[in-house]
Amino acid sequence: MEGLQHYTPLLMIFGLGIVFAGLFLLLAYAFGPKNPTASKLDVYECGVPSMGSARERFSVKFFLVAMLFLLFDVEVVFLFPWAVLLKTFKEAGMGAAVFWPMFVFLAMLGLGLLYEWRRGGLDWD
Amino acid sequence: MENFAIHIHESYLYGLPLSVVNLIVMFGAAFVVLLGFVAPFAGLLSFIERRIAARIQCRIGPNRVGPQGLLQFLADGVKSLFKEDLIPKVADKPLFIIAPYLVFLGMFTSFVVLPFSSQWIVADLNVGILYLFATAAITVVGLVMAGWGSGSKWSMLGGMRSAAQIISYEIPTGLAALTAILLAGSLSLQEIIAAQGPHPWQWYFFDNPFTFIAFFILFVALVAEGNRAPFDLPEAETELVSGYNTEYSGMRFLFFFFAEWAHLYVLGAILTTLFLGGWQVPESLLASVGAESIAARILELVFFQLKIYVLVFLVVQLRWTVPRVRMDQMMDMCWKYLVPIGFFCVAGVAIWMMLFPDGVSFVKYLLIAFSSAMVLYYFYKVYRNFKDSRAELELNPFV
Amino acid sequence: MGIQTEEMMLNMGPQHPSTHGVIRFVVKSDGEVMTEAVPDVGYLHRSIEKIGEICEYNGFMPYTDRADYLSAMNANQGYAMVVEKLLGLEIPERAEYLRVIAAELNRIISHILSLGAVAMDIGAATPFVLALKEREKVNDLMEALCGQRLTYSYVRIGGVSYDMPPGFIERSLKFLADFEPFMDEFENLVPENKIFIERTAGVGVITREDAIAYNLVGPNLRASGVDWDLRRDMTYSVYPKLQFEVPVGVGSQGVVGDSFDRFIVRIKEIKQSISLLKQCFAQIPEGDFLGEIPRVMKPAVGECYVRTESSRGDMGYYLISDGSKNAFRVRIRTGSFTSMSIIEKISRGMMLADLVTFIASLDVVAPEIDR
Repeated sequence: MEGLQHYTPLLMIFGLGIVFAGLFLLLAYAFGPKNPTASKLDVYECGVPSMGSARERFSVKFFLVAMLFLLFDVEVVFLFPWAVLLKTFKEAGMGAAVFWPMFVFLAMLGLGLLYEWRRGGLDWD
Repeated sequence: MENFAIHIHESYLYGLPLSVVNLIVMFGAAFVVLLGFVAPFAGLLSFIERRIAARIQCRIGPNRVGPQGLLQFLADGVKSLFKEDLIPKVADKPLFIIAPYLVFLGMFTSFVVLPFSSQWIVADLNVGILYLFATAAITVVGLVMAGWGSGSKWSMLGGMRSAAQIISYEIPTGLAALTAILLAGSLSLQEIIAAQGPHPWQWYFFDNPFTFIAFFILFVALVAEGNRAPFDLPEAETELVSGYNTEYSGMRFLFFFFAEWAHLYVLGAILTTLFLGGWQVPESLLASVGAESIAARILELVFFQLKIYVLVFLVVQLRWTVPRVRMDQMMDMCWKYLVPIGFFCVAGVAIWMMLFPDGVSFVKYLLIAFSSAMVLYYFYKVYRNFKDSRAELELNPFV
Repeated sequence: MGIQTEEMMLNMGPQHPSTHGVIRFVVKSDGEVMTEAVPDVGYLHRSIEKIGEICEYNGFMPYTDRADYLSAMNANQGYAMVVEKLLGLEIPERAEYLRVIAAELNRIISHILSLGAVAMDIGAATPFVLALKEREKVNDLMEALCGQRLTYSYVRIGGVSYDMPPGFIERSLKFLADFEPFMDEFENLVPENKIFIERTAGVGVITREDAIAYNLVGPNLRASGVDWDLRRDMTYSVYPKLQFEVPVGVGSQGVVGDSFDRFIVRIKEIKQSISLLKQCFAQIPEGDFLGEIPRVMKPAVGECYVRTESSRGDMGYYLISDGSKNAFRVRIRTGSFTSMSIIEKISRGMMLADLVTFIASLDVVAPEIDR
């Protein structure tokens, strides 16, 4: 629990941010004109009546990107603790013990990326 | 933070219990960050950007409201207060309303961990850099919500594009940041800065060739994450009308822009912190004003700001000089160039640390010489271009 | 990949930042890659051809401005030429020179706007502003010449409406001396940019065969490698007395006939226009600017077709006279209309961003499509 007190200002900023934004929206609500019409409330469709819904099934490519991100971001997250501790271990004289396993991991990551690349997962078209 | 509270407690408010002082200081700091930094920075940056853009395009730019148009952002803010707030009929109302909040919060809260000087930081989290990436992720959620919630096809496309773009570029961002983390052995922004020094040869930027490359990866990735040109595809005006914020009006619309400019500042702050020595001021200069005085803190703040504004200027200039890239080119850039090079840099820095724990001064000076040559070449090119175009060279920005 | 996704139908236009006026494209796309983009024209139809039947011959001249408001002088010239041919009028040589001067100035105005618009649609805002800045200076010259900045109505049947104001030649030459280095600078600034090349080279390739089959005209045709310019090949006015080259697309960065070539061809045409203007100013004779014209124009019964090289290429006027004061039928044939027809074919499988580049590089002008 020792480190958690650092997060109190954070919570407060969150709260302040919401209050701040809410205040402005409230002001806008108070001052702004309110006379909506049917065409004002229509979505923008370049000047013609909108047809069909925007929320259809979307191109799968965007989801592939999301999956790629998930894969690699998790792997990068694994690197963070190692990166923080490498210096400490090095100074304690155990650098190689931490260095080599992660190097294997990095190589595997690189191979994964290469595989993805060769399979065309990185191409948009 | 604690030190600062104790300092305040001992000097000014010794009558009150420490916990109350702590609270007061926290509120005060939060308020200062809120009003003193975030709003003016976003506003000032909008002013700076518009003036630079005007300069690049042979225009004058805003110069009516306040001295030299400095208060234009306030006028714009007030104007948007008086605008009608429209929510489309087909919109997913809760999402539509929450989206600008999230975008705003994502940017706003990232200011909490920015180290403005050796003591002026709201919360020196021990996972500071991760926290910054996390707040950026909140923004993505907001943008996708805005895209989906609007119910407009253009918004939807914009939202999808921004999601794909920002999450993709988060990987090179993380990798490039790892190089600095490796060298500092810490995730806390203050510790990363403290591990560097005031002089260029003590910065991580020039520490070794790999961090040198990583700096540019981080620069490009952060520009892309901020949806700035040449990576402004999510709001590409000529393609997607206005992207995810097509349906927004008034104050809500302003929040998106506010976030964009605030991100510009955060971009500069991250790069400065990780690679350019943050608020570090040379010892001699610090001693001349008294190392513990307020003046020293202000000096540190000024150094920090200067570095940020140089970077901000670069980003702004970039925006007004290059065209926009295409979706597939942007993805190629991320996955086929930045990510592999990022991995290479991380491995390189680790190897460098194993081989040369104390760094190699020869390489550092070589890198400094190289970048100095680059900067000089940049100024030479600018000078030549001005000469070729026979334009009058006017250095005063307020003309 | 074999996963099926539904296609999204997008309406690009009539009110869209990149359609350059009110044109509509019905786009079917899966998000980024389009399967189809069908142009839908007619949003700017003003019955100009029909108006031509109820106006007297002279009275129709201002309407031709509106047929292509970015290149009004060229439109004026074509109409004047067709009526003169029908009436059998000879016009003074000075007037011919003034027409060519006006037409070439207008070509600069039109092309430089098009260049700026291409850069703008690709996402670079600055070249557009720089281009407009220079365009204003040409507009100033036009204003000095005829008092108007956009719809000039300068050309009259039988000549032009005013002579050059005093000092116009010196003023124009001074402008051209400044403008030439600007074009060099522009050529260094935009087409040398790496991102610009990436975005335009190889995008929207129109092959030579397609260009001829779809009846493309003007710079778009020449960019596809067809060496054809009416000013040289079916010459008219004083063009035979002038020296100029016809730039043709060579595919310097990608393939012949891509968007980059169309951009470069327009830049080169501006440079040719500069040289043409200089020659005109050197050669222009003294004399009348308006010839003897009949008070009431009643051409003999007959029909006539005249083609001129406008900024967007072959602009044809077809006129049928029934012997009365009004034309029986006026028909204007324009380059933008034929350019629109090829969009559907070329845009298949393109990315959304490329469609924007492609349309901009074709330099379609909405009023010219619909008339």
